[in-house]
Amino acid sequence: MSNTTDLPPQTSFKLSMLINDTRYRSLTFQFIALLGLCFFIAWLISNAVVNLENLGQDISYRFLGNPAGYDINQQPISFSSQDTHLRAAFVGVLNTLIVAFLGCITATILGVFAGVLRLSNNWVVSKLMAVYVEAFRNVPVLIWILIIFSIMTVSLPGPRSFRGDNATATMLFDAFAFTNRGVYVPAPVWGSGSLIVVLTFVLSVIAMIAYRRYATKVLYDTGRLLPTLWPSIAIFFLPTILMFFIMGRPIGLDYPELRGFNFQGGIQVRGSLIALWFALSLYTGAFIAENVRAGIMAISKGQTEAAGALGLRPNRIMNLVILPQALRIIIPPLISQYLNLTKNSSLAIAVGYMDVTGTLGGITLNQTGRAIEAVLLLMLFYLLISLGISAIMNVYNNAVKLKER
Amino acid sequence: MKKTVFLGALTVAGLAAGASAAATLDDVKARGVLNCGVNTGLVGFAAPDADGVWGGFDVAVCRAVAAAVLSDANAVTFVPLTGKTRFTALAAGEIDMLARNTTWTFSRDNDLKFEFVGVNYYDGQGFMVPRELGVSSATELDGATVCIQTGTTTELNLADFFRSNNMSYDPVPIETNPEAQQQYLAGACDVYTTDASGLAATRANFENPGDHVVLPEIVSKEPLGPVVRHGDNEWGDIVRWTLNALISAEELGITSANIGELSGGSNNPEINRILGTEGELGAMIGLDGEWAKRALMVGGNYGEIFEANIGEATPIGLSRGLNAQWKDGGLLYSPPFR
Amino acid sequence: MSDTNANSTVAFVRHDTIPEREPPLGERGLIKWLRENLFSSVTNGVLTVLSLWAIYLILAASLPWLLNGIWDAPSIRDCRTILDGARGGCFAVLTERWNQLLFGFQYPSDQYWRPTLAFILLFVAFAPVMFYKLPRKLLIMTAVYPFLGYWLIWGGSIWVPVFAAGGFVAGYMVYRQFITRSFAIAFFGAIVGAFVFWWIADFITPVLANLIPIELEFVKSRQVGGFMLNMILGVVCLSLALPLGIILALGRQSSMPIIKWICVVFIEFVRGVPLITLLFVANVVLAYFLPPEANFDLVVRVIIMITLFAAAYIAEVIRGGLAALPTGQYEAADSLGLDYPQSMRLIILPQALKISIPGIVNVAVGLFKDTTLVSVISMFDLVGMIRGPILSSTDWNGVYWELFGFAALLFFIMCYGISQYSQWLERQLATDHR
Repeated sequence: MSNTTDLPPQTSFKLSMLINDTRYRSLTFQFIALLGLCFFIAWLISNAVVNLENLGQDISYRFLGNPAGYDINQQPISFSSQDTHLRAAFVGVLNTLIVAFLGCITATILGVFAGVLRLSNNWVVSKLMAVYVEAFRNVPVLIWILIIFSIMTVSLPGPRSFRGDNATATMLFDAFAFTNRGVYVPAPVWGSGSLIVVLTFVLSVIAMIAYRRYATKVLYDTGRLLPTLWPSIAIFFLPTILMFFIMGRPIGLDYPELRGFNFQGGIQVRGSLIALWFALSLYTGAFIAENVRAGIMAISKGQTEAAGALGLRPNRIMNLVILPQALRIIIPPLISQYLNLTKNSSLAIAVGYMDVTGTLGGITLNQTGRAIEAVLLLMLFYLLISLGISAIMNVYNNAVKLKER
Repeated sequence: MKKTVFLGALTVAGLAAGASAAATLDDVKARGVLNCGVNTGLVGFAAPDADGVWGGFDVAVCRAVAAAVLSDANAVTFVPLTGKTRFTALAAGEIDMLARNTTWTFSRDNDLKFEFVGVNYYDGQGFMVPRELGVSSATELDGATVCIQTGTTTELNLADFFRSNNMSYDPVPIETNPEAQQQYLAGACDVYTTDASGLAATRANFENPGDHVVLPEIVSKEPLGPVVRHGDNEWGDIVRWTLNALISAEELGITSANIGELSGGSNNPEINRILGTEGELGAMIGLDGEWAKRALMVGGNYGEIFEANIGEATPIGLSRGLNAQWKDGGLLYSPPFR
Repeated sequence: MSDTNANSTVAFVRHDTIPEREPPLGERGLIKWLRENLFSSVTNGVLTVLSLWAIYLILAASLPWLLNGIWDAPSIRDCRTILDGARGGCFAVLTERWNQLLFGFQYPSDQYWRPTLAFILLFVAFAPVMFYKLPRKLLIMTAVYPFLGYWLIWGGSIWVPVFAAGGFVAGYMVYRQFITRSFAIAFFGAIVGAFVFWWIADFITPVLANLIPIELEFVKSRQVGGFMLNMILGVVCLSLALPLGIILALGRQSSMPIIKWICVVFIEFVRGVPLITLLFVANVVLAYFLPPEANFDLVVRVIIMITLFAAAYIAEVIRGGLAALPTGQYEAADSLGLDYPQSMRLIILPQALKISIPGIVNVAVGLFKDTTLVSVISMFDLVGMIRGPILSSTDWNGVYWELFGFAALLFFIMCYGISQYSQWLERQLATDHR
């Protein structure tokens, strides 16, 4: 009986089955969808061909090989106006990555602090954090970027104020200058033998981590609590300092100094970078704070109580019990916040920070008029970055995922 | 579902601009409105006032063309454009003409396929510095921080100037003029560079204009003029000769005050030809005989427009300089109306 | 026992209870609260002091500026003269240019009542959707609003929106007619019906507009600006993105590989690029890909791109909602013998959408904030008005804080309101969980 009803009769294929038979219907749908898509794309392309022909233009990426003709202020790699548009775009890409990287780090720190403090039982602190989070979450990031850039420009002194006998501004420790063109900090000068000092430093960092691991292991195995704070600090600093003097102080500092129009020497962290970095970190930090808060609140209260019953102190409960569990909930939204920050960094043009939108999508586009080519390249770059970040983060996410079953 | 009607409805509202291919004149006439691309806000050249009415030197050219073609100086839709969007908007047919202090350069003319119909302002790039810096020449600017507006030829000129003089500089690119001004006034840059006319306009806005000097060097040639698309010569001719009519009118002494009297007929044949009382010039460019008269009635001749918008009596206070008539030692030289 | 105690002569204890004493000073009132909330530990104390110091700094910087503000002056120069060196904001720019900030500088000033009315009606239209306890009849207002709102803001003859609405009604009629037979027939029938209606209406509208001319002054899209533009972009793009997002989410969950593949590529592409590049596309690229004779206005092009952008994000939210539904719901729908459109329409989507509402509201807030990016492509929305015409005018050149503060405040009020609503809704929906 069941055989006859379950198995469809082996009739010959009829055209109407394409619509009425569920086995074939999905094929029909997909075919129509694919056809529609192809027609749509063909339509777009043919429009573009006709339009470009009417205007006598073409699509060509040859402009990338031509000299750019403009200068870029922040150059992670050397760049002059005689270099090509391609190199200019690459400088922009590096600048985007710099601000995105810095922004992600500070936003995470800010976000975790604000998220944890918002749950604090200290009324003033929690309310202050609530105000911060709400203010930054509910106002467009573009407005924040503009406001913070304005604050920087207006409230910090110009290099001119450092000049003369009645200077209105002074340098901090004669080493740091906070101006509205940026912050000038001493730059290290690498003498001979500095490599050994750096290596020593790297080794001592590794040694410190190893020691802390060892201390944890001892704690778990024997229950003996080794001191970690002071030994860590000692391992961190002492060998490097010793080596520094043994090698005859090979690393010097190049202090910024007011010469001519500007501070010369040292490292300049540009005002536009700082403004963008700050604005993006504060904005994204507010969102991360909410994610952190939600992650912590999602951990059942029983965990806190159990940890308390074991006699752990409150900050240990947070560090050892709550945060590790909350992290699993926090990480996925955190990834999308990193992506958002990277994408929002394209607003750099509002403050004149030369990221890839400013070089390739800005000046190059303006000067060459190659709109289609430049915008397509720009989108491709952001797409690659987004996919890259989500790929890396997914790997990490899988690594920390709760191994159930 | 909702989408289709919304798009349909919005398209109705969206004043779909005419086809870009050819016959811009027919499109403009059919539409009854001239779409003119202007600056997003540069006092004296193109800026809306408190009531949202556009005014300025570039705007006056748009209005003159609208008056010549449509007999109505107010039949203009002003499309504010940035440095980035201006050429695409023109190429895509969103605007019929571009009057947005655009520099006539080789590559724009040939690579971007546009047609510069003439020059309505001869400009050049200059530098402004605070007086207290004690700089008297642009060659003393080695190592300075320079504010520039991005998306203009100034960026390229600046790079060329400093390179050819073997000097270094630190560019600070800014999106808009007000923001550049804020940076400059706060001392975030030592120098502000843009077209000399723009510098004058900016300086006029300052609390203490006297604290700032415009350096004598002009480092580039910036012939600014209206632009139309390549390939529609009839339309290009109309814009070109409207501009020429404004210039010729000043040379011949036609002003908004005496135009009524002169259009009754005068003993200067060229004036008669411009004002349409003699000859058939209007028909030759596809308009009626009084096209130039209408264009001149809007804001007067070139000199009157100049004085009203950016001249010495205005806060911007530009002198005629290169923009004087050729008879007075300037560069304005309209071909004859014949 | 008590009796014996009372009469006995053992050492006297006490007749009456001691009056209640006040708790020690440290355990009551303000001090207790302070001690428990602010100074419970050294770290807490330090944090409190730091916070108070931060609050003091912020207030010290902003209060004199706020309180000493000038509200009535024709230009920044007059402001400076009045202030005479004292610290204070020049809020006169708000009283002078409020209309430009809200409506853009080209909207006819005698017509301001129209967008204002449209704004108020927006709440009436949204109310029944947002608060499901309101009478369902109000939904009629929601259905009418798109056409009414369009007519109020852009104006023109009333017959255009009326017939546009008529098309939908016609489509719905056809849909009702055929829904019992098959969803596909009903759906495509409805589209055909609507288009036939519009095709006919195309001939009737001009005639009717001449016969019964009920019309408002026509306002071009270019004349729309200021905060109104942000509102329009936000509301229009969100309502267009919702259906598109649902379709994309269903497509992504679909078992048909090609359709799934198309949706995945679209969603991941749009989510992978910043909105600003999509706006560049709308601004400088899209014109090349459209037929030469159909030239969309910039506002329409921007609406298209923002809608696509929002749709991809909404699709992801709804996908989460679909995934969160227990498989039993799908199986139950199947076991009832419902086909795909029926099970989606009647069983799955109503539940999945309900779960997704908070997520959608979050997307809405983000989208609304992102509408400010249009200022980068020279559209005069609120931020564009400030950075463009107002700051570059001779009168107000240099008034940054007041204007940006005002913009921030407007956005804060709107977005905070929406997010508070979202939280309220989450609490309403969470009743069944805990």
